[in-house]
Amino acid sequence: MLDATTLPLLFFVFVLAMFLGVELIKKVPSQLHTPLMSGSNAISGITIVGALIASGHQGSDVVATALAVLAIAFATINVVGGYLVTDRMLGMFKSKGKEDSRP
Amino acid sequence: MNADLIRGLCYIVASVFFIFGLKMLSSQRTARRGNLLSALGMLLAVVTTLTAMEQFRWAWVIVGAVLGGAIGASAARLVKMTSMPEMVGLFNGFGGLASLLVGWSEFHWQWGETAALGLFTTVAILLTVLIGGVTFSGSVVAYGKLSARLTGKPILFKGQNVINAAILVAIVVLGILFVGAQHSAPSGSPASQTQDVASLPARAGGYLPLMGIVVLALALGVLSTIPIGGADMPVVICLLNSYSGLAACAAGFVIGNNVLIVSGSFVGASGIILTRIMCKAMNRSLANVLFSGFGSATSAQTAGYQGEAKPISPEDTYLILEAARNVVFVPGYGMAAAQAQHVVRELGELLQKNGAEVRYCIHPVAGRMPGHMNVLLAEANVPYEQLVEPQDVNPNIELVDVVIVIGANDVVNPAARDDQNSPLWGMPIIEVDRARTCIVLKRSLNPGFAGVDNPLFFCPNTRMLFGDAKASVTAVVAEFKQ
Repeated sequence: MLDATTLPLLFFVFVLAMFLGVELIKKVPSQLHTPLMSGSNAISGITIVGALIASGHQGSDVVATALAVLAIAFATINVVGGYLVTDRMLGMFKSKGKEDSRP
Repeated sequence: MNADLIRGLCYIVASVFFIFGLKMLSSQRTARRGNLLSALGMLLAVVTTLTAMEQFRWAWVIVGAVLGGAIGASAARLVKMTSMPEMVGLFNGFGGLASLLVGWSEFHWQWGETAALGLFTTVAILLTVLIGGVTFSGSVVAYGKLSARLTGKPILFKGQNVINAAILVAIVVLGILFVGAQHSAPSGSPASQTQDVASLPARAGGYLPLMGIVVLALALGVLSTIPIGGADMPVVICLLNSYSGLAACAAGFVIGNNVLIVSGSFVGASGIILTRIMCKAMNRSLANVLFSGFGSATSAQTAGYQGEAKPISPEDTYLILEAARNVVFVPGYGMAAAQAQHVVRELGELLQKNGAEVRYCIHPVAGRMPGHMNVLLAEANVPYEQLVEPQDVNPNIELVDVVIVIGANDVVNPAARDDQNSPLWGMPIIEVDRARTCIVLKRSLNPGFAGVDNPLFFCPNTRMLFGDAKASVTAVVAEFKQ
């Protein structure tokens, strides 16, 4: 699946994304580091995409499917739990005085 | 073809949603919407993937997703804010495990196919399984330590580093065997139409090394996490967070999918930055945190500081606070352990009504994960603006009338600044000893997690309010209300 033309491209994406990630996350204030961690936890649940693909291969046997479905379950825990708990936390951070309760 | 193009574009849009989600996390006002945007990106990525599947095994997928969704949703709703570190720790582990399973499943599927796996794919599978395994078992140990199911003390034994090194060597050897087994097979052999394992002797050899790597990766995760003490957990959690992202990234290389690589990288970068911040806040290198078993090694240190700690009663604390115009709270893990955040906020409000300026100064490594104290105080309705960092308070701390230290110890230890022989030497601290008065809430004079004596307790302007943090603050609040 990975040949000499796609691999450098994937690496290119990887390196650029790493640098972008560093720039983005450097700007997050320390007060929000816990939501950052739970939120990025949810993002790491992106492996659900891999799990779905793995579950849907033509002609795969029951072992491959079972492994993929387990992966789906764990990745979904990450995604659903991660986003919900981050939302719950961020909802607790309130500014003084005016109750700015935009969702 | 066209459908592939559209899917590719959808993945790009999903990645942009993640980027904006993280960007909006840089301000408290936009953070919540950012999280929503990030979740929408995830939804888009999942829906896009569903349209791309060769064969959709509905029942299986739904069972997995519903099960995972139910567990995740209930955990997110039920978890107490004090337990946030262990929950994040456990979720890191699940992310790693999911990536491991993806790698394994992909291998199992392609192993039965005729065409040999490409070299890059083989290496990517190897890395996915390795990083995923270490993340999973390491996170489970971290979860155990944070939830006090395991001892928070470093677990050290003789030859630990030798064993770890041996495991690493074994992983490398098995890795070479694994990759080699994929490529010693006669290429293009058409013999395996029946998927008969016996007709693929060389490539079948790849399965055992992979299983060996799984087992060794799990062992490595455990062995590299148990020597790390409770107070160093913030670093470990960050590091495991980073690993879980890198595992997703590696899985992205296995299936050749950009959206996994991009989002995995963001998580990897996030974990690395947080790890760095934590290490800097303790003035220690990552290697020192990971390998030294801090706290156990230094316990033989002499009980250096002499002097008399001056106890104070809640009544006298009230009298001091009543006259104070500028008060700073310094919370630590002890506040979380005593669940004192609500009554602390109540005291803060009383002080404000009394005309004092109130702030909460939070050291980066206070608590068991980055930002832990901020979340607890936010839960107790402390306004965001009152949560400040050491660099906001330290320069003018001699103008602060009263500092109240609640369950923090090492982060306010002046030895880090004054005593070159202290294990804490060089760690940036909140310099509470320079405030006009410093009230320390503590159960006893026992040293903190690092096992280091704290000369702060014997400073002339320090008063010790002994007892459970919550009970003590409640008593002071009661005085105020009289």
